[in-house]
Amino acid sequence: MSVHFDVVLVGAGPGGMAAAVVAAEGGLRVCLLDDNLSPGGQIWRGFRAETAARHPHGTEFLEWAIRLQRTNCAIWQGWQAVSCPESGILRLERGRETRTVRFDRLILATGARERFLPFPGWTLPGVMGAGGLQALVKGGLEAKRKRVVLAGSGPLLLAVAAGLKSAGAQVVGIYEQASARRLAGFALSLVDQPGKLAEGTFYRLKTLDSQYRTGAWVVGADGRGRVETVTLTDGRRQWSVKCDWLGCGFHLVPNLELPRLLGCRVEDGFAVVDSMQQSSVAGIACIGELTGIGGLEKAIVEGQIAGWAAAGKEGEAAALLPQLKKLQQFARGLERAFELRPELRTLANAETVVCRCEDVTHAELEVCMGWREAKLHTRCGMGACQGRICGSATEFMYGWENASSRPPVFPAAVSTLGADATFEG
Amino acid sequence: MHVRDEGFFITVNGKRVRVALGTSVVAAMMMAHEPSRFSVTGEARGPLCGMGICMECRATVNGVAHRRTCQMVCLPGMEVVTG
Repeated sequence: MSVHFDVVLVGAGPGGMAAAVVAAEGGLRVCLLDDNLSPGGQIWRGFRAETAARHPHGTEFLEWAIRLQRTNCAIWQGWQAVSCPESGILRLERGRETRTVRFDRLILATGARERFLPFPGWTLPGVMGAGGLQALVKGGLEAKRKRVVLAGSGPLLLAVAAGLKSAGAQVVGIYEQASARRLAGFALSLVDQPGKLAEGTFYRLKTLDSQYRTGAWVVGADGRGRVETVTLTDGRRQWSVKCDWLGCGFHLVPNLELPRLLGCRVEDGFAVVDSMQQSSVAGIACIGELTGIGGLEKAIVEGQIAGWAAAGKEGEAAALLPQLKKLQQFARGLERAFELRPELRTLANAETVVCRCEDVTHAELEVCMGWREAKLHTRCGMGACQGRICGSATEFMYGWENASSRPPVFPAAVSTLGADATFEG
Repeated sequence: MHVRDEGFFITVNGKRVRVALGTSVVAAMMMAHEPSRFSVTGEARGPLCGMGICMECRATVNGVAHRRTCQMVCLPGMEVVTG
């Protein structure tokens, strides 16, 4: 099946939804495609109309979901964009199905993933991302009475702690690697951002009975066949905590594979865009976490700007620029506050697996000169995740640059890649 | 049986697991205490990212290999084979 739209959106998180709504309300034929089961991305994962009001971001979700429903936007859930056979065309896959979609304008809103750093024991079952654990619990994983340790970095840790508590888990400790001093400076900078401050306070209050420690990080996980104990440090002493699950993520990194495949310029780890969110490639915009980790509000504002720009209403888009400037300041503040401490570069020991797909160890990698050599000699980054997990780890650990992206950007069937494209509409 | 109230059964490596409507396949695998796969050196693995990125949760679902089970919901009678 092949279809043509004026605007195609990749990623149905808050930014993608906002962009789709604005473009469709502007009279364009819009397709919103996403590889998850329902719209909302990660932050609105599992939200439903009946229960959304209970969540801190529920009202925004309802507003955008209702507006989206009222448009004639085509919503394709469960579809993964895998390749771009020629300019203006994306090839998609869902299970054994294939679709080809043609666009005049493309808006990329592929969001972010957690950064994972290897430490001894991180491959044990029961060690997951912090956001990953949250997503699994939202997907029906029973959390009642589970003892959970959260570690790593970023505001996500507190959000996850609040979510797990609501699901009945016992959060026995939250360990943030950033120092209290850095975080205090960041909190002060939020004084002119009442929404963000309120959000932070909300999560803090919900998690008051847990141990939120700053300047502490995980150094190892142990257990027979699954995680049973986590070892932590504050740089002076080490201690262990028993748990059923460890949720550990070191802030977020953008999902740049598709923008890179399409040739969008990336600098300092983020897609480069102009004030209308347009990338270096004509007709392709990038929004949300792709342009800087800033969370919900930044994504929604950037989505609206890209949507207005697609509809040719640049005046409307420009009206949002003062608001965006503040949110971009917030994003830069986040980056500084949660900057990773150098001690985290050396958590792995010689036998620690760094590339989980191909079981390549730190000992094999530390003698390599760079990402390319590592791929050629060790198969690091050559497995099923295509370097999505070890790429951001090796970038931090060894300073390697991993800027390549090749089709297919996700493992796909040969029949998908060779599908014949005859266009309707 | 009312699927909405009491859930339904799927099998994970032949084990019957009762799941609620809307449960992801990987959540069912975890609740059945089955690792999602064994790595190339034989380590048992479970899911990591929970959002379709890391591929650690891939398993065979109804005969189709390499499905990302965190991005799928359970359906009555579904057969999941891990490892």
